[in-house]
Amino acid sequence: MTPDSGFLFTFFNAEVARQYWPVIATGALVTVGVGVAVVITGTLLGLLLAIVRSLGLRALALPIIAFADIMRSLPPLVVLIVLYFGLPALGLPLSAFAVTWLSLSLVLAAYAEESIWAGISAVPPGQLEAARSTGLRWPQAMRLVVLPQALRRALPPLTNRVISITKNTALGSVVALNEILNNAQGASSHAGNPTPLMMAAGAYLVVFLPLVVFSRWLEQRWQQR
Amino acid sequence: MDSLIQNFFNLEIYAQVFPHLLNGLWTTIWLAALVIPLGAAAGLALALGLTQSRRRWVRWSLIGYIDFFRAFPPLVLLILVYFGGPFLGLELGKVAAVALAFVLNNASYYAEVFRAGLEGVAKGQMEAARSTGLTRAQAIRHVVIPQAVRNVLPDLVGNSIEIVKLTSIASVVAMPELLRAARDAQSLVYNPSPVMLAAFMYLALLWPLTRWLGRLEHRRVRR
Repeated sequence: MTPDSGFLFTFFNAEVARQYWPVIATGALVTVGVGVAVVITGTLLGLLLAIVRSLGLRALALPIIAFADIMRSLPPLVVLIVLYFGLPALGLPLSAFAVTWLSLSLVLAAYAEESIWAGISAVPPGQLEAARSTGLRWPQAMRLVVLPQALRRALPPLTNRVISITKNTALGSVVALNEILNNAQGASSHAGNPTPLMMAAGAYLVVFLPLVVFSRWLEQRWQQR
Repeated sequence: MDSLIQNFFNLEIYAQVFPHLLNGLWTTIWLAALVIPLGAAAGLALALGLTQSRRRWVRWSLIGYIDFFRAFPPLVLLILVYFGGPFLGLELGKVAAVALAFVLNNASYYAEVFRAGLEGVAKGQMEAARSTGLTRAQAIRHVVIPQAVRNVLPDLVGNSIEIVKLTSIASVVAMPELLRAARDAQSLVYNPSPVMLAAFMYLALLWPLTRWLGRLEHRRVRR
């Protein structure tokens, strides 16, 4: 086997890696940036929707249920593409970063709302009534008594969801967001060598493997109680 | 408002591209029908190894495999298999590459679901089954697995819905499923209406399943 056709030369080419690692590293920063932004806005929006739904007003609950159902039924890539091509038609041309952020936040919000709402409905109604009877107002009772219990229940399913949705930042490559995968594909075709793709794979593992291990730990700890 | 209708809800375009998108929908459905059983079977095998093996190194390497693929974005995996394969002299067809990437990815998710189900079956069930004279393999097959599946049915359904949605990323490697069909139509008519129509078709396919899943989960909470 000549060095030119070797497996290492093709997939783990040190020369190519040296040349392109800054591109992958920049991509990793964008991936982490979008990911963190999505987690924050997605879970906060989901929390807000779950609280509003628990007010028990049909006029508010029905649109929230419809939103959650639709966002959970559509593939995230479809949401992304519809918004990417749709928003400019509404006079709202957003950057690839903003569209990826918005789409994944909406998807995460739908799942977060469902998990948190399931947590809220699993708290016996007597808890809220008892809290109200001590003189707490509804928002206080919700915040101090119901939500802490609901969130503890919602945490393990929510963590898994957060991981699988932040992994979807790779979908941003479809609308040319300069995250890890997009940069690696560009570098790969520029170099005529798949080494940048292997580096991208490594970068994803560095970012997400600790999260997966953390979620496993969290789930086990949660079960032991 | 006109621009909105023109760009999203253009009925003329809907009518024009509908047959093409319907073909895409069929591809989506059979692709899911191919990948779901394969992923579930591989996941069950992983979960059985994880819960039944007495060797620590077997369990740890299975956990390693599962976590590796849970940390890996499916799109990245698909692109590695599809574009990296030829460099290895591995000329997989489109369908084979997509199926391989999806099964590798989803076996891990199914494995986690089955593991939870298997762990939820009381130990006494196995012991009682063995005491009636069943071998270990028979006891697993006829007593443990059916109960495990019932325990986690909602999660199995949920995971399968996720896979149907996941097939949309096959559009990136030009697999002619629903989203790809819509994107092709979009570039042909130069209007994003086909993508919106595809979204409606995904909803028609998946909203009933999502509702059904909600009912399954609700029933489990009450039990």
